[in-house]
Amino acid sequence: MLVLTRKQGESIQINDDIEIKVIGIEGDQIKLGIDAPKHVDIHRKEIYQQIREENQAASQLTPNTINLLKNTKKD
Amino acid sequence: MKIETVYFGEIEIEESKLLAFNHGLPGFQDEKQFALLDLEGNPAFKILQSTKAIELAFVITNPFLIETGYEFKLDEQTVEQLNINKSEDVSVWSIVTLKEPFEQSTLNLKAPIVLNLNNKQGKQISLNDSNYHTKHSIKGGEHHASPNTETR
Repeated sequence: MLVLTRKQGESIQINDDIEIKVIGIEGDQIKLGIDAPKHVDIHRKEIYQQIREENQAASQLTPNTINLLKNTKKD
Repeated sequence: MKIETVYFGEIEIEESKLLAFNHGLPGFQDEKQFALLDLEGNPAFKILQSTKAIELAFVITNPFLIETGYEFKLDEQTVEQLNINKSEDVSVWSIVTLKEPFEQSTLNLKAPIVLNLNNKQGKQISLNDSNYHTKHSIKGGEHHASPNTETR
């Protein structure tokens, strides 16, 4: 992992089109501003991880589980 | 074209019914094409089947059937990525995590699947600023499913 030290107001440039700027530092919280093209998806890591895990869980289906649906009538 | 499916074996599907997920789904980034399949006997659910990985399929449902007040603002980035021009073209689905008994199944309201029916493009988005959960009880209401919830 590349480790860089930055001060408030300084940035990191990734390739030609992604800039990550340290906007503010308050106690143990750091506010980052991210400029990136629209096709780049940016997520809070823990939320993305949660979604990944839920997708994993949802995809662990067997042909039997589908029968649960066939027997279920929704109101 | 013919595709292999988890639940229905080999089936024939019109190419116009295939959906492109250009970014894949979180955890499945290489899966960029899915087929939306009907589930016989239960119109409330559909199967989102990868055309590449036979073993990969999701059960999805209309979240508004379960959480009638479900709402979120579609961010500009998604509108642009999916090339959405008209709101009528947008279709929203939630991935279901099936559990036995069925009542313990959950719905991912945090990360809905947004489809543009006009150009057949889709994306699973993340509602960062919402209070919706990845494990919303399929029974609806305020109750959120937890592993400790005993329902009977």
